[in-house]
Amino acid sequence: MTALVIRGGHLIDPAAGVDGLKDIFLKDGRVAEIAAPGKLKATNGAEVLDATGLTVAPGLIDIHVHLREPGQTYKETIATGTAAAAAGGFTAVAAMPNTLPVNDSPETTRWMLAPERGARIRVFPIAAATRSSKGEAINDYAALKAAGAVAVSDDGRPILKDSVMREVLASAARVGLSVIQHAEDTRLTQGASMNLGPVSFKLGLRGMAAEAESGMVERDIRLVTELRDARAHLHVAHVSTAAAVAAVRQARRSGLRVTCEVAPHHFLLTEEHVGLFNTNAKMNPPLRSTADRDAMIEAILDGVVDAIATDHAPHALHEKEVEFENAPNGITGLETALGLSLRWLHKEWKLPLGRVLSLMSAQPAALLGMKGRGTLTVGSFADVLVFNPKAEWTYRAGESKSKSRNTPFDGWTMQGKIRWTISEGRVAYSNPA
Amino acid sequence: MSQVALPVRRQLQTPPVEASPYPYNPGSLLSVYDLSLDALSHLLARATALENEDPLVRARILAKRRVALLFYESSTRTRTSFELAAKGLGADTALISSLSSSIEKGESLKDTGLTLRALGAEAIILRHNSSGAAWLLEETTRLPILNAGDGMHEHPTQALLDLRTILAHLRPGIEAVTADTLAGVTVSIVGDILHSRVARSNMLLLPRLGARVVLCGPKELLPELAANAGPGISIERNLETALRQSQVIVMLRIQAERLAGMQLDLEEYKAAYQLTGQRLAAFAPTAVVLHPGPIIRGLELTAEVADGPQSAILEQVRNGVAIRMAVVERALQAASLKGGRA
Repeated sequence: MTALVIRGGHLIDPAAGVDGLKDIFLKDGRVAEIAAPGKLKATNGAEVLDATGLTVAPGLIDIHVHLREPGQTYKETIATGTAAAAAGGFTAVAAMPNTLPVNDSPETTRWMLAPERGARIRVFPIAAATRSSKGEAINDYAALKAAGAVAVSDDGRPILKDSVMREVLASAARVGLSVIQHAEDTRLTQGASMNLGPVSFKLGLRGMAAEAESGMVERDIRLVTELRDARAHLHVAHVSTAAAVAAVRQARRSGLRVTCEVAPHHFLLTEEHVGLFNTNAKMNPPLRSTADRDAMIEAILDGVVDAIATDHAPHALHEKEVEFENAPNGITGLETALGLSLRWLHKEWKLPLGRVLSLMSAQPAALLGMKGRGTLTVGSFADVLVFNPKAEWTYRAGESKSKSRNTPFDGWTMQGKIRWTISEGRVAYSNPA
Repeated sequence: MSQVALPVRRQLQTPPVEASPYPYNPGSLLSVYDLSLDALSHLLARATALENEDPLVRARILAKRRVALLFYESSTRTRTSFELAAKGLGADTALISSLSSSIEKGESLKDTGLTLRALGAEAIILRHNSSGAAWLLEETTRLPILNAGDGMHEHPTQALLDLRTILAHLRPGIEAVTADTLAGVTVSIVGDILHSRVARSNMLLLPRLGARVVLCGPKELLPELAANAGPGISIERNLETALRQSQVIVMLRIQAERLAGMQLDLEEYKAAYQLTGQRLAAFAPTAVVLHPGPIIRGLELTAEVADGPQSAILEQVRNGVAIRMAVVERALQAASLKGGRA
């Protein structure tokens, strides 16, 4: 196995409470030693990366991505999606099961994890909660967990039936898996393609009411409450409305294990960014009102939000170059998440750098029980991000490592330039520029 | 008791919303927003001039220029009047409708537009069932696009011909419009506002000339947030109250094809919102009655109103040809200026 020394960098490891100049020795895919500059012991033959003037942090973790494989490799593959992830500073991603076929079996889960997929960084499959994500028959969670699944979700196809969701929560709790819900009462959002409000009225588009999200979050919290099982973990995916965040906040106060993530587009953009039918501003949940967007910022700043997750959802150009109503939902996000978070959460809204990094590494790792990740203590996985947190740059979608280009952030100013992304001791991305 | 201090909401700097790049082509008419009051005045004047022109002279204006009519939805008035308008100016027209073209085989709007452009179309008149389709077609072809109705969004030429009709009745002789040309005028739009592109174009255009727009209909067809669509717009649930204030009444059809499962009690609807001769006589005996068509006699209005002396419905249809001549002329003149044909 390779050995690497990262020398002269400023290590920020929020989970371990480290914030200072450190040299790091990585060996056999793990962190072997951390010492004051120049004080590492045995590093014989190790390749040296000079991180002078740079910040060293645990590799980023995105618990909500769509890698499109198996089945839709014209949009993305595990190889291209993880290459984009590495370029964005991520060393682990959790892949949603809405593939073709739906990942509802140990076989598909194992297939995704096979070395032939060419993953550049660690992939953690999220398995479907129900057979084919149809919201009816529950899958075998013990078998899925044994095959490598870290959570269950029918992302994109919310579990509407109370009885089924109750059983999903109970079964997942028994085997120690998290349940991730895309909270949307789809009975209320038929034919809708953006947020319901003055903008959707003006554009003549059918809208999704905020209540379709918050009502489902409230229902799920009620089911967790009724379950009375301390092991139950409900994670609300890509929360986007003030009312839903309020429900999570309340559940947390009552001591429930209810967590949530927010996507960068939901803390940055509003329904006004749809402009005149920009399909790269179409996603589900949709861009919401200014009040909702501001509530996302507040919730991140005051700690209710547990993780920033991208909901990276690649689509081919021809699929987005259609009538707004007919365009698929989703935007890419892996390469812009850190740049946008540092530019806005950190620089503009003064969230300390350590908090931003924690929301993108230690906290998501803890949410899905990724042991040995999200921190750089000795013995942890050698998943490392080396970057200049102050450098500004401009994102060019045309240069993306993803197969797709569907982003509303093309041409936006990003902050934080990545030098190296190291996944389990190997350099997964390097940018000398 | 001491007051609990509310937390001061942080004033946060957030990412700006970029200005719209549309229209890409100066000849396009996608939205009523695309026209300044000067451009509007010019169009109204050209409509009159072209209408009064000798047909043989008129037919030389756009002789042998090529205009495509691309229709994804059925249409009688809009399609025919655009076609007559283009032909009246001498242009060659080609009609492509979704049921007899490669659209049936799955060809995208972009590819259909590029094909028409390759066939020599210098402008495309588009009627489409999806809101925003005209913007997509303009972005992908960069041709002058005339929006002949996109989903539930806009129908700008209908608003222009409605304006011409209103001016003829209330401000005869006036063509150069200003921000107070319609000051003191109240226009009620009654019925299925939610699904109506005519309502949207009118409510966005008429207040710019000083008119008040009153929207009238039941909650299912007229959500409260419609009042926020722009300045000068208010909501009145009671038809008689709306009629009493109005000099102009625009009646709308219930768009059964867009109800998407919504259940409406038609008897209840008629009781509350049907424009009857009795209601008209009692509450708006001098108002002008408009309807973009198609009208459903016996539903949103009675036959006696449709055929009555206050009805300007057929006048609207006539005005449609004049307005669309002006709009087609503007589209192709812009195409020429861009270095197309001299």
